[in-house]
Amino acid sequence: MAQVTLDAVRKIYPNGVEAVTPASFTIEDGEFVVLVGPSGCGKSTLLRMIAGLEEISEGDLSIGDRIVNDLDPADRDIAMVFQNYALYPHMTVRKNIGYGLKNRKTPKDVIEAKVQEAAAILNLTEYLDRKPAQLSGGQRQRVAMGRAIVRDPALFLFDEPLSNLDAKLRNQMRIEIKALQRRLGVTSIYVTHDQVEAMTMADRIIVLNGGKIEQIGTPSEIYHDPASTFVASFMGAPPMNLLAAEMIDRVLVFAGLSVPIWTTARGPVQLGIRPEDLRLDPEGPLQMEVDLVEELGAHRLLHGHIDDQRLTVHLSEDTPVQTGPMRLSCRVDNLCLFDPETGRRLVTALPDAAESPVEAQSETAW
Amino acid sequence: MKRAGFSTRWLPILLLVPQLSIILLFFYWPAGYAIKSSFYLQDPFGFGQTFVGLENYTSLTASSEYLKVARFTLLFTVLVTFFSLALALLLAVKADNVIRGAKTYRTLLMWVYAVAPPVAGFIGLMMFNQRWGPLTELFGALGWDYNLGVDYSDTAFAMVLVSVWKQVPVNFIFFLSGLQSIPKAVREAALIDNRSGTRRFWDVTFPLLAPTGFFLLIINITYALFDTFGVVDTLVKGEPGNNPMTLVYKVYVDGFRGNDLGGSSAQSVILMILVLALTVFQFRMVERRIHYT
Amino acid sequence: MADITSKFTRSRSLPRVKWSQVVDHAILIAGALFMIVPLLMVLQTTTTSDIETMRHGPSLMIGTELDDNFRKAMFEASGFSGENSGMSMLMNSLILGIGFAVGKIVIGMMAAYAIVYFRLRFATMAFWLIFTTLLLPLEVRILPSYEITQKLGLLNTYTGLIVPLIASATATFFFRQFFRSVPEELVEAARIDGAGPVKFFIDVLVPLSQTMIAAMFIIMFVYGWNQYLWPTMVTTEESMYTLVRGIKQIVQVLEGNEIPQYGRANMLAIIAVIPPVAVVIFFQSWFVKGLTDSDK
Repeated sequence: MAQVTLDAVRKIYPNGVEAVTPASFTIEDGEFVVLVGPSGCGKSTLLRMIAGLEEISEGDLSIGDRIVNDLDPADRDIAMVFQNYALYPHMTVRKNIGYGLKNRKTPKDVIEAKVQEAAAILNLTEYLDRKPAQLSGGQRQRVAMGRAIVRDPALFLFDEPLSNLDAKLRNQMRIEIKALQRRLGVTSIYVTHDQVEAMTMADRIIVLNGGKIEQIGTPSEIYHDPASTFVASFMGAPPMNLLAAEMIDRVLVFAGLSVPIWTTARGPVQLGIRPEDLRLDPEGPLQMEVDLVEELGAHRLLHGHIDDQRLTVHLSEDTPVQTGPMRLSCRVDNLCLFDPETGRRLVTALPDAAESPVEAQSETAW
Repeated sequence: MKRAGFSTRWLPILLLVPQLSIILLFFYWPAGYAIKSSFYLQDPFGFGQTFVGLENYTSLTASSEYLKVARFTLLFTVLVTFFSLALALLLAVKADNVIRGAKTYRTLLMWVYAVAPPVAGFIGLMMFNQRWGPLTELFGALGWDYNLGVDYSDTAFAMVLVSVWKQVPVNFIFFLSGLQSIPKAVREAALIDNRSGTRRFWDVTFPLLAPTGFFLLIINITYALFDTFGVVDTLVKGEPGNNPMTLVYKVYVDGFRGNDLGGSSAQSVILMILVLALTVFQFRMVERRIHYT
Repeated sequence: MADITSKFTRSRSLPRVKWSQVVDHAILIAGALFMIVPLLMVLQTTTTSDIETMRHGPSLMIGTELDDNFRKAMFEASGFSGENSGMSMLMNSLILGIGFAVGKIVIGMMAAYAIVYFRLRFATMAFWLIFTTLLLPLEVRILPSYEITQKLGLLNTYTGLIVPLIASATATFFFRQFFRSVPEELVEAARIDGAGPVKFFIDVLVPLSQTMIAAMFIIMFVYGWNQYLWPTMVTTEESMYTLVRGIKQIVQVLEGNEIPQYGRANMLAIIAVIPPVAVVIFFQSWFVKGLTDSDK
């Protein structure tokens, strides 16, 4: 059983910079957790502390039921896949995969058997005698995976393992890694700055910003219920539209739109609308000036503005559109309100949602 | 240091001990000893020494002989540096141009790197042999009664020529590698922008080579000051007499042959200051060079 | 437009002689001759008898005395003690060249490893102590170095010949640069794979440095082989002379004799030149890479 628990784990560098503010969470056995955030948000530091490559300044880290703060990386029963693969360039694939076992004084025949097994899983059998330089990017990535799985660790750590691959290969490897993790059932922590990877791979996502945890949740929770403007704008492409609106007498007012909403806030608020929650509607309350239409095949993005506020609309229907004025309506039950000062999410409810939530979700909400 | 370095205590110390003990014994101790001796007057028979303050230095600056050597060293350094850099640059640019035989030329132009300076001096002695040296004969045919080891400026000429011969290969290797590291796209852009090959060289190639050239400038000055000892010593056949010599050679002659430890140490210290000044200058320039690379 | 097309067709029908190319080759050939003719001249005189050389000087003729000159140079002792045949000088040169190169590389790699890969409290101090030595060449502290070597009783020993020459950080600096360019993740991966510092060094870092070690070895071998001033000072016994150190004596022998032994002297010069030149030519690409990388 490999549950990972962080209890107020914190990182302060000798120069006083706090890279990770005290972080506490638990990762369940077999769970796939993605740490996501922009560069410099502390996600890699956090992962490296879990790996034992970086010292933990404060707090306790336990893997399984032992506290591992002071253990060497080699003794933590973990395996790690690095961004640039970190394959030993002078060793063959076979030696690369087996090196960790060799250092643990595993008998030769056992190493060979395990290497063969891992190679079979990863389709590397015919490359075992090659050096890393003779492999393609995807194959190197697989060798790095092989090095991790051969040891049957309690915990997999991935440090942006796909960022050196081209887009097509990245999509393919994303699926392979996820499938492999499902199959092996090993607890995994995966660091990325790519929100698509986070959304598609994670059982749970931890969003980090400036060394702080912004939100922990399932991909769906993170997407539909962002805890802050940061999460709202970081997750989703194109990001959530964030607009300056106002609460007047329990009514949210933005341009031509006015929606009665129950919330504690008064005065100016930030209104968040996902681009796909806007749709063309000749009768709609909003008047948008479309500046640019981005044709993406399956859907289209309209970029434009209402007054001086920029926003984007995601259109799936195949209706003809062009630049210029356009009327929109908005799906109100997905609206998010944020505190304009702190960026934190405000608690809201639609007045009639309490009575008929099902209905609100479907027709009348538009 | 690597961010995930090992934290073992004893191992790094063990690893550093050989290096540190050798440099303490054979670098810091001698360097300190030289500085200290430069303030003392050594008894010629080895009985003790007396503190004389800056006297060793003042007597150096007052010595017309020392100043003559310093002037020669300056002239020598300028000539050697200039000619070996210019020649090497010319050859490197040409070697970079040609497609056929580029590798052969490279080999033919660089092997002299491995010839020891005194051996280069020896080859010079042969070339300038009084009885049959081909260069002596050539100069004789041109009406120059060349006399190595007897005539001051004739000997100086040989020293410069041999030192340049010995130094061209190093400069050539660096210039060629500098030229080859200029991105192809930059060359192609220059080819489109500029019709004249000469202009292309001065406007694009030369500025891009400037960092290499600057690095080589320092290397060459150091070479001319120090590494030419073997050339000088062989060409004067170990008997400086009336011949030109460089500052380093004088340190050796005064200290090792003349047993004037104090004066020789003072000369060493002056050389140390010279080298330090060069290095500081180099670091300053390197810092500036970051801005355009 | 017309101009361009005519040029184009002409170059197709008849290979156009590019004068700039001819000039380029001419300059390069002149440069190559400037480099090689002096050595060829020395080489020629090793094939003729001393009397022949004295009377006529070098010529284009290849003589018949090569064997004899070689025998004299290699096996006939000269000097006062009669102990420095070409053979013994060659051995000493090899010991100096190889000993210097190996010592420098081993010590340099160890120190660089300690500096780059360990958390050390006095790392900065060690760094500065070591790299200050790059500033001052041996020549400026030659006399005190001699005195100290003398005090330690190391004159006329291989230790005294080699170790003081190692007292600068060129190799250390070079390996430090190289180690720093080794990806960070490699040591991290090795740590997760359970390799300690010694294992990592032997299993990963040394094999990775192979080319660098080779390049360093070539440069250092040539540098050690070609040392002159220091061997001149610390070796006074003729049995300890290296070839390069022996040059001075060769020159003096030339002076003293009625018929100068040109053949023997020139043969010794050639023997002094061949090993380092051969190494540089055969391992050219490593050597060039090693040399030019040290610039950074």
